[in-house]
Amino acid sequence: MLETITSIKPLLAAVVSLAAVPLIVLAGKKPNLREGVTFAAGLLKFGLVLSMLGAVLDGKVIEYSLVEVLPGLAIAFRVDSLGMLFALVASSLWLVTSAYSIGYMRGLAEHAQTRYFAFFAVALSATIGVAFSANLFTLYLFYEMLSLATYPLVTHHQDGEARISGRKYLTYILGTSIGLVLPAMLICYNLAGTLEFGGAGFLAGSGASRELLLVLLLMFVFGFAKAGIMPLHGWLPAAMVAPTPVSALLHAVAVVKVGAFSIFRIVTGVFGIELLADLDLNDIVLILAAITMLVASLIALSQDGLKRRLAFSTIGQLSYIVMGAALLSPKGLTGGMLHIAMHAFGKITLFMCAGAIFVATGKKYISEMVGIGRRMPVTMAAFLIGSLSVIGLPPTGGFISKWFLVLGTLEAEQPAMLFVLLGSSLLNAAYFLPIVYRAFFCTPEEARFGDEVREAPLWCVAPLVLTALATVILFFYPQPFANLARLAARGFIGG
Amino acid sequence: MIDPGQLPILIVIIPLFGAFAVSLAGCCLSKRWCLPLTVLALAGSGWAALATLNQVIARGPLNYRLGGWPPPMGIEYVVDHLNGLVLVVITVVALLAAVASKRSVEAEMPNRINLYYPLYLLLVTGLLGMTITGDAFNLYVLLEISALTTYALIAVGRVRALHAGFNYLILGTIGASLYLLGVGHLYIMTGSLNMADLAVILPDLYNSPAVLTGFILILVGIWTKMAFFPLHTWLPNSYTYAPDATSCLIAPLMTKVSVYIMLRMMFSLFTPAYVFHHLEVAAPIVWLAAAAIVGGSLLALTQKDFKKMLTYLIVAEVGYMVGGAWLANRYGITGAILHILNDALMTLCLFLAAAAIIYKVGGRKLADLKGIFHRMPLTMAAFMVGALSMIGVPPTAGFFSKWYLILGGIQAGRWEFVAALLFSSLVNAVIFFRIVEIGFFEKPESGEVAEAPLSMLVPLLLVAVSLVVIGIYSGEIVTTIIQHAVPEGI
Repeated sequence: MLETITSIKPLLAAVVSLAAVPLIVLAGKKPNLREGVTFAAGLLKFGLVLSMLGAVLDGKVIEYSLVEVLPGLAIAFRVDSLGMLFALVASSLWLVTSAYSIGYMRGLAEHAQTRYFAFFAVALSATIGVAFSANLFTLYLFYEMLSLATYPLVTHHQDGEARISGRKYLTYILGTSIGLVLPAMLICYNLAGTLEFGGAGFLAGSGASRELLLVLLLMFVFGFAKAGIMPLHGWLPAAMVAPTPVSALLHAVAVVKVGAFSIFRIVTGVFGIELLADLDLNDIVLILAAITMLVASLIALSQDGLKRRLAFSTIGQLSYIVMGAALLSPKGLTGGMLHIAMHAFGKITLFMCAGAIFVATGKKYISEMVGIGRRMPVTMAAFLIGSLSVIGLPPTGGFISKWFLVLGTLEAEQPAMLFVLLGSSLLNAAYFLPIVYRAFFCTPEEARFGDEVREAPLWCVAPLVLTALATVILFFYPQPFANLARLAARGFIGG
Repeated sequence: MIDPGQLPILIVIIPLFGAFAVSLAGCCLSKRWCLPLTVLALAGSGWAALATLNQVIARGPLNYRLGGWPPPMGIEYVVDHLNGLVLVVITVVALLAAVASKRSVEAEMPNRINLYYPLYLLLVTGLLGMTITGDAFNLYVLLEISALTTYALIAVGRVRALHAGFNYLILGTIGASLYLLGVGHLYIMTGSLNMADLAVILPDLYNSPAVLTGFILILVGIWTKMAFFPLHTWLPNSYTYAPDATSCLIAPLMTKVSVYIMLRMMFSLFTPAYVFHHLEVAAPIVWLAAAAIVGGSLLALTQKDFKKMLTYLIVAEVGYMVGGAWLANRYGITGAILHILNDALMTLCLFLAAAAIIYKVGGRKLADLKGIFHRMPLTMAAFMVGALSMIGVPPTAGFFSKWYLILGGIQAGRWEFVAALLFSSLVNAVIFFRIVEIGFFEKPESGEVAEAPLSMLVPLLLVAVSLVVIGIYSGEIVTTIIQHAVPEGI
């Protein structure tokens, strides 16, 4: 049995950025003070998460119950190794993104920056809330909060395109969470009388038929549309109208991974590995993930908009995480969880590169970026590292998670999935490497940029260098995440 | 200190005498005294209602004999958990709406302030009386008092309000007559009008067709008064063209009090066994409720006038409560009662916000809302809380009553009702985010408009905050109050 500690820290970690919102608004007239508040909240949040790391690594669980609204329906927090892994990724990258936001938003003299930083803080509260949710109801609450907080960020430009994208965003995200997750959650509550994640899946032993469980599983997998399982992926490319820091942190890390994380919770905490394996329910999820992975990569090949290409890449990579969960084997689960972290560092680097290019040159399309390596060598070197990580090549963190996933397919005796993974990696290489190649290697006639080195502002470049370095470091030193993932996998399998 | 036994009568008598006092002050002193006196009377009544509810929670139901006459001859007031809660809702909503009405009444009818507030208090008296009485005929009398005052409060508004008020008059009178006819049937069969007395006599007569006719007449009469689909046609126009101050009072309260009366008739006059098992009407009624929800939502979606849009949402919400009550299980009835409270508050929130916007912007069209988030950020923040509660996003109150209602639907296997509730959540999301799109993306034609006056803003923000607080304390409310209000044997 896991040792349980009761502490208010998980609640504080979640709400600290929410509490910062009034301060951010009040400091609206003084940008430096305002961003100071954001950093203070970010450091505090990261510190609170870190302060719980040791206990979690020792195999302990930290719990805090805020209020039991209805019987069996509590707003409660529970920090386990999976939640800790995700919270660590989100809270550390928020700090980096905040620095980047300063460079990007001020570099482009964007309007309504106070609103931007305020809703960013709300979104991070919701993200950590999801990570530390002790039950499905709390997870749903923060999931919806995240959807709503992200809307003003996606539609930041307040123009026609933003309006259409915002509508698409809400239709997909809110439509599925109300239309699918809410009824599925109610049916679960009616079946089991609880929504707690704690044990080996609360639906086990509820006596529900295989057909009903299959329907519920699909309702959850599609209902958490933030995970971008096809055909409910269309909101993500649309959401790219947002300022790039939003795309970087929310649409490569926080929001999308909340989706994948939720599916992980559904697999492990609601159904339980054993129940899914006994009833053979995981194959359908594997197939959905495989299709999404391959189709998204093929679409990415044809995208000229850099951010759109990255978005389709993200859709494909999210399915790695979902696949990891659905493999139901220790190594597969470990790989899936690790990919939450590894993909985050790689992809955020790529997005920040795209933003830096936009700030420095105003270019959005890949076809216009020929020869950009001469103008922005640091940015493009970081881009290369990010690409390698998403493809899954050493010496980057992405290699580790994909390695575990490959082992997971063998362990789970799913050879077809092994080929899907390898095929997808080839496609990843095919849509990333030409960008880097053309950035550095082209004839002087083809080059769109001069030889003079002019990078984006320091606030833009430093964060992306930092995350690129982190991507490399994670290859040599993946322990914090790897240990958490292994610990979590062991907990889920019950070994 | 006041004898707790006297509390029930105080709830009703304070606003009744308050109406005379306001009228007198309006003639003899100055119109400036009308609103403060009204607020004072409502606060007094609200205090009495809260104290009564506390008594009920601590010691169980209270009875009060008017003039000391024993029932069944005399009129009796009975307060139990169910109407104790409704009484508090009525007084609190009326109080907040009165405070917020200051500016819009001054703007819309500067010469009739001394007529408006006495009527306002009489309407509240009527609603409170209908809720507190234990006598089926007395209920009819108070129903007419509240109806007559409502006609006046609606018709005092814009030009079209006259026509809308007349429409309301006709259909309201038909509804009241049906109710009276039904009570008449029961009186002929039993010789009694006291509800507790009727409940003792009626079970022996459950096979009588006259009793059945009486029940159905009462039911249809109340449905007409509560605008239950398809008897809703009078509601949207009269609530839209009424003065904004009137809408803020009647939109949250009228339908909810009617739902309360329906519950009272179903479970206190008759028994769940009779209503759900003896009569085989529950299934079609739940279907009708589902139709009300879907129909109301879709009609709301087609409106270009945002106040009218909100009135159609009331039609949908009535379906929530009627459907919940007729699911015939504990979850459903709990949800229906909880929704009386929640829906009153979220409707109040939305109508107060609408009144503030109309007061500031001067129009009721969706197109008038351009740039509204920039112009009135606090009003819109409160409006969004009300909207999220209507959509059913936790932790707002609307989520938790919907939770009970959907659970009730699942447990009863009434999937049409579950589907209708989810559908309405989705349509509400579309409706409110359409407003967000207009208010957030489109630039206003005129320049800056400042925030609503404090007299409007403070009640509005209070209601918005209460939606979250009540949402979080839903469980507390259910265990201390509502679970005692659900009839036994369910």
